[in-house]
Amino acid sequence: MKFGIVVFPGTWSETDCHYAVTDALGQQAEYVWHRDTDLSRFDCVILPGGFSYGDYLRAGAIARFSPVMEAITEYVNTGGLVIGICNGFQVLCEAGLLPGVLMRNDHLQFRCQWVNLRVDNADTEFSRLAESGDVLKVPISHGEGNYFADAMTLAHLEANNQVVFRYCESDSTTSQPSNPNGSINNIAGIVNTRGNVLGMMPHPERCCEPLMGGEDGAVIFRSIIRSITSRSRPAATGVGDAC
Amino acid sequence: MPVNKQALDDLALTEREYEAIVERLGREPNDLELGLFGSLWSEHCGYQHSKPLLGMFTSDNPRLMVTPGAENAGVVDIGDGLAIVMKIESHNHPSAIEPYEGAATGVGGIVRDIFAMGARPIALLNSLRFGPLTEAKNRHLFEGVVAGISGYGNCIGVPDVGGEIQFGDSYSGNPLVNAMCVGILRHEDLRRATAGGVGNVLMLVGADTGRDGIHGASGLASRTFEDDRELRPTVQVGNPFLEKVLIEACLEAAQNEHVVGIQDLGAAGLTSASMEAAANSNSGLEMDVAKVPRRETGMTPYEVMLSESQERMLIVVHEGHEVEVASIFDRWDLRSDIIGHVTDDGNANILDDGQPSAYVPVALLTDAPLYRLNGVKPEWIDDLQSVDLSTIPLPSRSPESILKMLLATPNIASKEWVYQQYDHQVQTNTVIGPGGDAAVLRVKGTNKGIALTTDGNGRYCYLDPYVGGMMIVAEACRNLACVGAEPIALTDCLNFGNPEKPEIYYQLENCIRGLADASRAFDAPVISGNVSLYNESQGTGVYPTPVIGALGLMDDVSQRTGIGFQESGEVVVLLGQDSLQSVPNDLAGSEFLERVHDMVAGKPELDLSLEVRVQNACRRLVREGVINSAHDCSDGGLLVTLAESCISGGIGLAIQEPIPGRWDAAFFGERQSRIVISLPRTQMSHLSEMCAAENAPWCEIGTVGGDSLTAGTMLSVSIDTVKKAWKNGLETALRPAS
Repeated sequence: MKFGIVVFPGTWSETDCHYAVTDALGQQAEYVWHRDTDLSRFDCVILPGGFSYGDYLRAGAIARFSPVMEAITEYVNTGGLVIGICNGFQVLCEAGLLPGVLMRNDHLQFRCQWVNLRVDNADTEFSRLAESGDVLKVPISHGEGNYFADAMTLAHLEANNQVVFRYCESDSTTSQPSNPNGSINNIAGIVNTRGNVLGMMPHPERCCEPLMGGEDGAVIFRSIIRSITSRSRPAATGVGDAC
Repeated sequence: MPVNKQALDDLALTEREYEAIVERLGREPNDLELGLFGSLWSEHCGYQHSKPLLGMFTSDNPRLMVTPGAENAGVVDIGDGLAIVMKIESHNHPSAIEPYEGAATGVGGIVRDIFAMGARPIALLNSLRFGPLTEAKNRHLFEGVVAGISGYGNCIGVPDVGGEIQFGDSYSGNPLVNAMCVGILRHEDLRRATAGGVGNVLMLVGADTGRDGIHGASGLASRTFEDDRELRPTVQVGNPFLEKVLIEACLEAAQNEHVVGIQDLGAAGLTSASMEAAANSNSGLEMDVAKVPRRETGMTPYEVMLSESQERMLIVVHEGHEVEVASIFDRWDLRSDIIGHVTDDGNANILDDGQPSAYVPVALLTDAPLYRLNGVKPEWIDDLQSVDLSTIPLPSRSPESILKMLLATPNIASKEWVYQQYDHQVQTNTVIGPGGDAAVLRVKGTNKGIALTTDGNGRYCYLDPYVGGMMIVAEACRNLACVGAEPIALTDCLNFGNPEKPEIYYQLENCIRGLADASRAFDAPVISGNVSLYNESQGTGVYPTPVIGALGLMDDVSQRTGIGFQESGEVVVLLGQDSLQSVPNDLAGSEFLERVHDMVAGKPELDLSLEVRVQNACRRLVREGVINSAHDCSDGGLLVTLAESCISGGIGLAIQEPIPGRWDAAFFGERQSRIVISLPRTQMSHLSEMCAAENAPWCEIGTVGGDSLTAGTMLSVSIDTVKKAWKNGLETALRPAS
């Protein structure tokens, strides 16, 4: 399967995502320039981390006006899978493809560290190979990861099981010290109501190989690959399919 | 034009230098010409005082791909058709005036030096010095500098993988901010700072030019600032987003065969970038300042030529291919303007909208007068070295209380508060990040790894500039050995006071001699560097603080080791010493002596031959999988080192008693050439064989296990307790009780 990896001026995780899905996970990937508008050849689009347009004004606020974002909205509306990581999550919120906003970390400092993520919903296209309650060890690297949504939106997110990942202790309990940025309800990653757009602040592409200190991030990419493979099963009628 | 004293003063030129300019030029220079001379003859660009001494560094090594000092950065071959480019540079004075922007633009400048060579920047490191955090001004400088490095480095997507920070009285008001950048390239992509042949076009890309940073090189970096004149306009403001885009666009342009040379506009801006490129190819150039895009109106040619506006690059392009190259920058929404071309008459011909403004031979501009002075050994050195450390009393405090105090001092305490603000993982190469002895990065597409560290120790160099110089190189290389890497290159940043003072010149000369001798002993050439002189305020120089950035190579990155003890039952061995027997002079220049006895004294000692043997043994033990951990025994001494390995591994250690000799020297002395290692008991015979083969002494000192660090009846402290002291030390110092 083929991943499209969007590059805005100021994006810096595109090569990390590329390496993770190709070298570490054996898939194909191609970069998508922010002026491109054709996403039809991709099975999944990644909005990677970085400081698109310097994150001047507000993280993701300028990138959302790029031509590629119109194409992404269209892609999402037709059911395409989109994962936004770090700055990509910020861009998706700014573009209205995910609810809520990402504010400055409550301590006002940038944070690069490993965090524990509890999988709260393993029934999504992005987390199906995990179990609910699993704890994944994944790095964060951001200054504006403090997720916030108004009470009604939040109630809706929680009731709909749209919170996929929450910051937690290693024993999976959520706590204030395990929350690295002050995000509401310890939220680290959410999906849209349709379930085809995931936004998350942590960087799964940084932990897909043991040499990088862990490979829990691969669970997310493998889940996507599994989702795509099972989606395309009808097209590949029966060939080599034992089921 | 009669000489204008104010103009000379602005440029930090002496009257004698002015007379030399008139004599060589055969006439009085005009204002613009004087500005060109002033910047290029400054210490910062012209290395007037340091160049004659830098010849002590060896420059013949088969790995070297460019002559050290001749390009924007040094380049070493690491095999597989790949090379590493690296350099360290200071931004001390700008950071003293405006810490955030000073540090941020320091990062920006060193990164441009790396990608100007055609290399992808893959790592940042830094070495910082501040006055004590008990003073509000120093806390402001420290927090500002860290925020500046974080703000700039994180935005450009280059991981900050390591560094070191120390605090001391001599740096109050004059912090040292040294930033190092490391890049990687394929041999065929190497680009040089050259103007090439006649007709080549000079293209300026990136930011518009403003009035910021004028006289940064001459006025700010090349003299002291004891007077109160307002210097803030000489500090630039960085735009890291623009830098990130410039990195990508320039690396794309470097792939184009019609791009002849790439130059960073750093100190002295367009003046040094253009003149150095022309000088490197023995050519001349014609440039029209009216074609330089401005961010302000009414700028004079003088201001345009000397502006140090950030995020600008000079690209030299084959004539006729301007449009093709400009289209690369267009794609990245970057401005590019043709501002001149290369000539063959050897002259710098500067025009302002076609009107002649300056006409000077390039060779005169870049041939700064050099000063070889006579250093005088400072009187204090003999006095301090002859202090008999056996006469100081044994401390009345317990070893435990001293250990906790040392672990909590900002010099030794965990620097996590700092490095958690830096992205140290982006680019997914970081195998060992900040907090270890050396950072380790994988080299994608190979099994190789590179190891990186920065080291400095002003106290040692103050007590003995020559031995101190050697010790810094030894420690840097020892840090590389601890992770299993072989040192292959060094970069140096020489931070000293005013070299016109004979005592300071003595320090400079002898430190360089020490660095050079040790560099030869480890076969690790100094491939690039920077000199920052005039670091003093209120008439007192900073401690002589040469800083070394070291690059190590490992053939197999999976054969690396960290600092933490791994499992219960491991034997802990001290490599480099055959017993724990110590002598009082082991305390020379130690953190213990300063913190407990308020003394900076003693004669630091180093046996280079022992050092080399110990490092060879350690590297072999790591590579052959004999040992589970290795940690350099340095600041704070043996007990601090052991505590750090316990904290990192989350496990305790029992060391043997009795401790022969004075326990303070054994526990807290900083005798060199020692490494704490741990290994399974089953590997002891291998250890013994390999150390015998390398002729490296060692002794067994204890066994890993439990949750306390104990030494018989002398010491028993829980790892939780020491961890708390070490982990919270820096933050506690930053939040003094009000």
